[in-house]
Amino acid sequence: MSRIQTTFANLAQQQRKALIPFITAGDPEPGLTVPLMHALVEAGADVLELGVPFSDPMADGPTIQRASERALKHHVGLHHVLDMVAEFRQRDAATPVVLMGYGNPIEAMSWEAFARRCAEVGVDGVLTVDFPPEESHEAFRHLETHGLDPIFLLAPTTREDRVERIAALARGYVYYVSLKGVTGAGHLDLSAIAEKIPQLRKHIKVPIGVGFGIRDAATALAVAKLCDGVVVGSRIVQEIENSMPDTVVSNVSTLVKELKQAVDQARGESK
Amino acid sequence: MYNYPDSNGHFGPYGGIYVAETLMDALEELRTAYEHYRNDPEFIAEFEHDLRYYVGRPSPIYHAKRWSDQLGGAQIYLKREDLNHTGAHKVNNTVGQALLAKRMGKRRVIAETGAGQHGVATATVAARLGMECVVYMGAEDMQRQSPNVFRMKLLGATVVPVHSGSKTLKDALNEAMRDWVTNIEDTFYIIGTVAGPHPYPAMVRDFNAVVSRESISQMPDVAGRLPDAVIACVGGGSNAMGAFYHYIDVPNVRLIGVEAGGYGLETGKHAAPLTTHSPIGVLHGNKTCLMQDADGQIVETHSISAGLDYPGVGPEHAWLRDSGRAEYVAINDDEALAAFNNLCRYEGIIPALESSHALAHAAKIAPTMSKDTVLLVNLSGRGDKDINTVAKLQGITL
Repeated sequence: MSRIQTTFANLAQQQRKALIPFITAGDPEPGLTVPLMHALVEAGADVLELGVPFSDPMADGPTIQRASERALKHHVGLHHVLDMVAEFRQRDAATPVVLMGYGNPIEAMSWEAFARRCAEVGVDGVLTVDFPPEESHEAFRHLETHGLDPIFLLAPTTREDRVERIAALARGYVYYVSLKGVTGAGHLDLSAIAEKIPQLRKHIKVPIGVGFGIRDAATALAVAKLCDGVVVGSRIVQEIENSMPDTVVSNVSTLVKELKQAVDQARGESK
Repeated sequence: MYNYPDSNGHFGPYGGIYVAETLMDALEELRTAYEHYRNDPEFIAEFEHDLRYYVGRPSPIYHAKRWSDQLGGAQIYLKREDLNHTGAHKVNNTVGQALLAKRMGKRRVIAETGAGQHGVATATVAARLGMECVVYMGAEDMQRQSPNVFRMKLLGATVVPVHSGSKTLKDALNEAMRDWVTNIEDTFYIIGTVAGPHPYPAMVRDFNAVVSRESISQMPDVAGRLPDAVIACVGGGSNAMGAFYHYIDVPNVRLIGVEAGGYGLETGKHAAPLTTHSPIGVLHGNKTCLMQDADGQIVETHSISAGLDYPGVGPEHAWLRDSGRAEYVAINDDEALAAFNNLCRYEGIIPALESSHALAHAAKIAPTMSKDTVLLVNLSGRGDKDINTVAKLQGITL
C-alpha cells in the first residue's frame, strides 16, 4: 500500500477525516519550508500538499500568486522543491507528500526525470493543475512506472461521463474544487457540496478531499462532515504572509491545530 | 490538403487543451457551439455582413510604389488591415466571437489586451451588441497605450489594470482566465490571438482568415499574380495566421513570420521564441514554444511594441515552422522604428509598431530581390496608438 492509501485507511478505521494543508515551497523563504512541513504534521496534518512555484499561476487567486512570487524571488525551482522533500523525509517517513503545481516546470525537467526523482526523494502524489487527463498520457506512464499517484481535480462543472473517466485513472485521492473560481475565493456553498459528493461517489472509489473556500474551523468542520478530507490552502498561505519570519512556524501551527480540532469533530459522521 | 488542428486541437506536438478541470466544461461547450455555427449558413451570412458593413471589408491592397522604388528591389504591396474599423485586424475576430457569444446566450464578454487593439475591438463589438465588457490589461501596457485605454472606456468597457508578474500581456491573459473560471455561466472569453486552449487557436485563425481569402483573389488584379512571399508580424500570431492561411496549400508562396527582436536576440531581451528555438512548454492552455528559464519559469520579454511583447506564440506557427511551410525571423526595435518612419515619409501611412516589424523585414530583403518580385506585407494595424511611444523615443513630449 502507498503512503496515501495507508493514511486514508488508518483514518477510515478511526472514522476520522483527513486534514490536508497546502503551502507553497519556498514561501516566505526556502529555509522555512521544511520546518513548516514538520510543524504542519505536528499540528495534525494527515497529508501535505506542497505547491511548486510558477511564474504564471493561472488557476490561483492573489494570495497563492503572491506566495509563488515570494518563492520565485528566492529562485525556488522544481529541483529545490524535490530537495526539500528529501530533507523532510529524513525525519518523517510516514506523512504523504503531494506536489501541486503547473505542468511547465515538469515539462522543462522532463516527466521521466521528474518522476524518477520524486520516487527517490519520497513524493507520493502529483497534482498538475493544468494537465487534464486528455493531455496526460505521457505523464501517467512515468508516474505509474515510479509508483506515484496522479491526483485529479474535479469541479462542480465536471459532467458525469468525465467523472467516470477520471475515476478510472484516479489514485490516492481526488480533490473536489468546491466552488467556481480561483483559489482563495469566498462563498462556500455547503448544500451544493452535499448534493455533489454522493454523485461523485457513484464512480470515484478513492477518498474525496474538498478544497477551495475553507477559511476557518467552522467551514472546515462543515466540509469535513461531507467528505473524506479537507484541503486548506489560501488561509494558511495568508497566515504565512501576515507573520514575521520568527513567528511564522508557531502561527501556522496554531491555525492548523484549530483546523484539526474542527475536522476531528466530524469523527464518525457518515460519508 | 492542409488540415490542422486534429479533433483535439493538436498541431503536431503543439496546441491541445491544458487548463484546470474547472474550465474543461466551458471549453467543451465552446467547441460544440463553434463546430455547429462555423458551418451554419445564417451565422456565416451574419458574420460576412458585419465584416462588410461594420468593419468596412474587403480591405484594399495598396502598392507602396514610392517606398519600393526607394528600396530599389522587390515591389511591396500592403494589405490594409489598418483601414478596418477600430484600426487593426483584431476586429475580424472579435466580430466573429461576439456573434458566437450572443448565440450561446452569454451576456458578458471579457478580454485580455496588450497593445489595446484587441481590447478596443472587443469593447466595440460589446457596445454594439449591448453586452457587458471587461478588459484586462497589464499596468505597464496601460501606460504605454493610454489612448487605447481611454477608447475602451468611451466604448463602455471596464478596463482592469493587472499588477501581477511582468504587468504585460501574459499577465492580463492569466487574469482574464481567472475571471472566466469565476464567472463561467454568463461570460464568454474573447481571446485575441491564435493561442489558448482548443478551440481558440483554430477559431481565431478562421475568423482572421478573411485576410488571406481576400488577398488571394485581390492580388491577380492588383499585381497581376500571387505574391512571392507573404510577410506578417508575429506576437501571438493572429494577423499572420489570417494572412497566411489560404496560401498554405499554394506552392511557391513563401510565408514569413516576423517576431520581435527587441534590443537584439543576443541580448536575451526580445520576444522571439520561434526564431531563437525556445523549448516547448505549456502556458495559457496550449503547448508551444516558450521563452523560459532552466526551471521552466516564463521569462520577461521585451519589445518596443506591446502587441508583440509575449513569451509564447500560437501553436500553429510553431507547427508551420517545424513542418517547414513557414519561416520565422526577428526584427529589432530600431529596425522596426526605421520602417515606421519610412512608411510615414514615403507613403503617408502611419503603421502600428507591431506591423512595422513586418515592414522592416520587407525593407531588409526587398533590395536583394529583382524588381519583378512581389512581397505582400500584412499591414495589420495603424500607428495612431503608438505616437506617444515614438515621440518619447525621439525625446519629444506631446
